[in-house]
Amino acid sequence: MSRLTQFAALTAAAAVAIALAGCSAEGSDAASGAVTINYSNFISNGGNEENLDAIVAAFETENPGITVNVTTLPYADYFTTLQTDLAAGTQADVFDIEYANFGAYVRDGVIAPLEEVDTSVYRTSLADAYSSDGAQYALPSSFSNVVLYYNADLFDAAGLSYPTSDWTWEDEKAAADQLADTAAGVYGDYQPISFYEYYKAVAQAGGDFLANDGKSVAFDSPEGISAAEWLVGKSGTVMPTPEQGAGTPDFDSSLFLDGKLAMWHSGIWMFGALADASFTWDVAVEPGDAQNASAMFSNAIAVSSSSEEKVAAQAFAEFLTSSSTMVETRLNAGWELPPVSDDSLLAPYLEKGAPANRQAVFDALEDVALPPIVTDGQTEMQDIVTEELTEAAAGRKSVDEAIAAAAERVDAVIG
Amino acid sequence: MITLQPPPSATTSHPTPIVIGPAQLRAPRRAKRGTRIRYALVISAFLLPSAIPLALFTLVPMFGALWVSLHEWNLIGAMKWVGLNNYASLAVDPDTHRAFLNTAYYIVGYLPLVYIGGLTIALALNSRMPARAFLRGIYFLPVVTSWIVVALVWRWLLNPEYGVVNYVLGLVGIDGPGWWTDPQWAMPSIILASAWKDLGFVMVILLAGLQAIPADLYEAATVDGAGRWRKLVSITLPMLSPSTFFVIVISLINGFQVFDQVYAMTGGGPAGASQVVVQQVYDLTFRYGRAGEASALSWMLFIVVLAVTLIQIRGQKKWVNYA
Repeated sequence: MSRLTQFAALTAAAAVAIALAGCSAEGSDAASGAVTINYSNFISNGGNEENLDAIVAAFETENPGITVNVTTLPYADYFTTLQTDLAAGTQADVFDIEYANFGAYVRDGVIAPLEEVDTSVYRTSLADAYSSDGAQYALPSSFSNVVLYYNADLFDAAGLSYPTSDWTWEDEKAAADQLADTAAGVYGDYQPISFYEYYKAVAQAGGDFLANDGKSVAFDSPEGISAAEWLVGKSGTVMPTPEQGAGTPDFDSSLFLDGKLAMWHSGIWMFGALADASFTWDVAVEPGDAQNASAMFSNAIAVSSSSEEKVAAQAFAEFLTSSSTMVETRLNAGWELPPVSDDSLLAPYLEKGAPANRQAVFDALEDVALPPIVTDGQTEMQDIVTEELTEAAAGRKSVDEAIAAAAERVDAVIG
Repeated sequence: MITLQPPPSATTSHPTPIVIGPAQLRAPRRAKRGTRIRYALVISAFLLPSAIPLALFTLVPMFGALWVSLHEWNLIGAMKWVGLNNYASLAVDPDTHRAFLNTAYYIVGYLPLVYIGGLTIALALNSRMPARAFLRGIYFLPVVTSWIVVALVWRWLLNPEYGVVNYVLGLVGIDGPGWWTDPQWAMPSIILASAWKDLGFVMVILLAGLQAIPADLYEAATVDGAGRWRKLVSITLPMLSPSTFFVIVISLINGFQVFDQVYAMTGGGPAGASQVVVQQVYDLTFRYGRAGEASALSWMLFIVVLAVTLIQIRGQKKWVNYA
């Protein structure tokens, strides 16, 4: 063979080898008896990474031979990444899921039924939410709700009394109007204009988001319209507009931390981030209208149905959702609430410092509005509602037009 | 698989032939059979490293997408055969129409802006001036910068409240628009940022074209008494037409595929005002789990791009001058 032909053959062989190398299997350390599992999460993102590390370290100490690799992603990217991983079969052994997608994951067989879990340690409603046909498919990892934060210093300066659980929309609006001080750059109120705020406001107004059959919307009602007016009416009056940055990540928390926001609707997961605030702040149950209704969210973790280490993965999932280390770590850090059934374990939560009125977190659980869930088109439904409300907030549509358009578009997606 | 073909005996009809191997690799017209096979092997060895990735990462996914487009599929569950239903429902979907119209809007706004801008800079930098190489580098810098960075910077420049653009407009008494927060202005904002970023690319191509124009043409024109404008219209532009053709074909294809800047600047909003086809494909797949429709939409886009490109290649005979 001439040199040129040899060169040609070698190049061809190298190209094939490079292409095939991408397909080769990953190594396994099963022979040594050591087990490594991967856990992909968003729940620790944004300030609780070290707290998660502490729980993982405690698990590894109790279970020699099991190593947990943790991958943490921001919430905004997490579900796109998870879906891509599921499609490619590269998902972690244990991963966070959301209630909104739970049904689809069970139907598509991507999460494994868990074997012999003691569900009595979990709050019944939370454990039940993640079971299907008598099998437990995921374990609740925490729950949280949304409360009304307020800057007590700004209330004092304005000579107003603090929000209480008896407040209604009227009281909140009156206070916001008085607290807003455009010249000083202080806003009276902030409530995101989004699906998650809207479905709750509809419940507060005494209406329903979905019709009973779950196949069409019911928010195109007087209650639904007054809920939209409640949210939209804040923008540009007592609350910053999208042009001023409303709706961008961390905008509202920065505003509140800077002392430029008197009232703020946000989740209790912000307690930790506000620990160092330079002013006095507290929380109250969110004001209602016709009735009180507070949002409750729960996160959960599931074991991949294609995991090769299901036993170790489930052991970790149970530890992360029910161990005393988890309860202590979460309570100490103010990192949402442990999903445990034994309320006495939660008692220390009331004594953990700011905010003083932690009782509001439990009071809010008395009137809960759960997010509406549809079988198909959940994300689209949420996007449409947020988009139409934003149009109304920007003044490009009237509230009536926006709600009518949202109802028509959502019906087309979920029907 | 890759079909091995005997080496071409004539030069290709490509406008700017690119010589990829040493001259001695070209097979003689009447070579022996064994020699010809050897040449074929050698040529394939040069082509394989790019042909294999092309097949694996472009052709296989392309035809995979064609298969997916005939199904209803949420990426993780079972695929359900629906035949051509995805194409039929997309064809009457107002969201599809909006996405194609917005893409057309982008191209119509972007192409003239980037071409005329690029040509102006190329003409300026082709004349003798101080710091010419430095300036060429500066104009090319945005081309090699990541779109994410560029988009973030433009979002700040065009911020309706705090952006420097509206600040400067305010100084001369103009109340600047809401730019990317206003549906009327979202697409112009994206067009502006895109033209700015791609100016350097167009400039480099046209500059190469300008330098290939023989100087004696201009000398002869000067002797004949032609002015600057006459030279530009009668010599520069016709002689530049192959480069112009290349720029337009590439820019049009890139225009149809516009995505990064839309995703990073507006995400298709507000209220879908800047929703383009590829952003729609992304949303359908990764947000809404409708991979079948997304694949069908990708193929619709592919067919449109193919058709437009074929029309351009046929049309070039009328105006492109390879003399």
